Amino acid sequence: MIDLITLFFLFSGSLLILIAGIGILRMPDVFMRASAVTKAGTVGVGLILTGFIIYYLDFELSARSLAIVLFIAITSPVGAHMIGRAAYIMGDKLWEATVRDDLKGKFDPEKHEIKSNENEDQS
Amino acid sequence: MIDLDFWISFLIMPILGISVILVFMRFLIGPSISDRVVSLDLLVTVGIGLIITYCILVKETVFIDFALILALLGFLSTVAFAYYIEKKGEK
Repeated sequence: MIDLITLFFLFSGSLLILIAGIGILRMPDVFMRASAVTKAGTVGVGLILTGFIIYYLDFELSARSLAIVLFIAITSPVGAHMIGRAAYIMGDKLWEATVRDDLKGKFDPEKHEIKSNENEDQS
Repeated sequence: MIDLDFWISFLIMPILGISVILVFMRFLIGPSISDRVVSLDLLVTVGIGLIITYCILVKETVFIDFALILALLGFLSTVAFAYYIEKKGEK
């Protein structure tokens, strides 16, 4: 029974990681690629580690696995945001069918900052 | 019951291996450096998944520490690459 539940979690996680791999190859834009990688990769590794916890049911291993899951869940969006911001500043092209670009004209190359609002005072 | 080693060897590991191949193709053909950094991040994540699956396959639990270290190093490398790409685009 334990084997069956473990295999279910491992299969779900590896399928999500496969979806992340297809997404990073097929998406037309660096920002969409970062989005696909962050969501699918984080949940995939989380499911695989859940299968690991269920297979062993040991306190120390569960603590370490939960530490890995929490660390990935915290740091993966931060990394994706930083690399997206760097790509936008470097001038990577958006997809040509993109409907709107909210940051258009709000990036100041001299002062090197992105205004979040036109009316807001920059301190 | 089911044979877990058989299913891990012939179902889970090949799926993860195909994912590694797809991500590495994007790493090779990526048009800009940001694509390469994003694919490197996903490569580290798939590597963590592979290490955990290997832990279950060989019944050896020491490798979970390597997965923890790999997660730390992956985040550090992503942040460092993003920082220097941003500095490069500044001038």
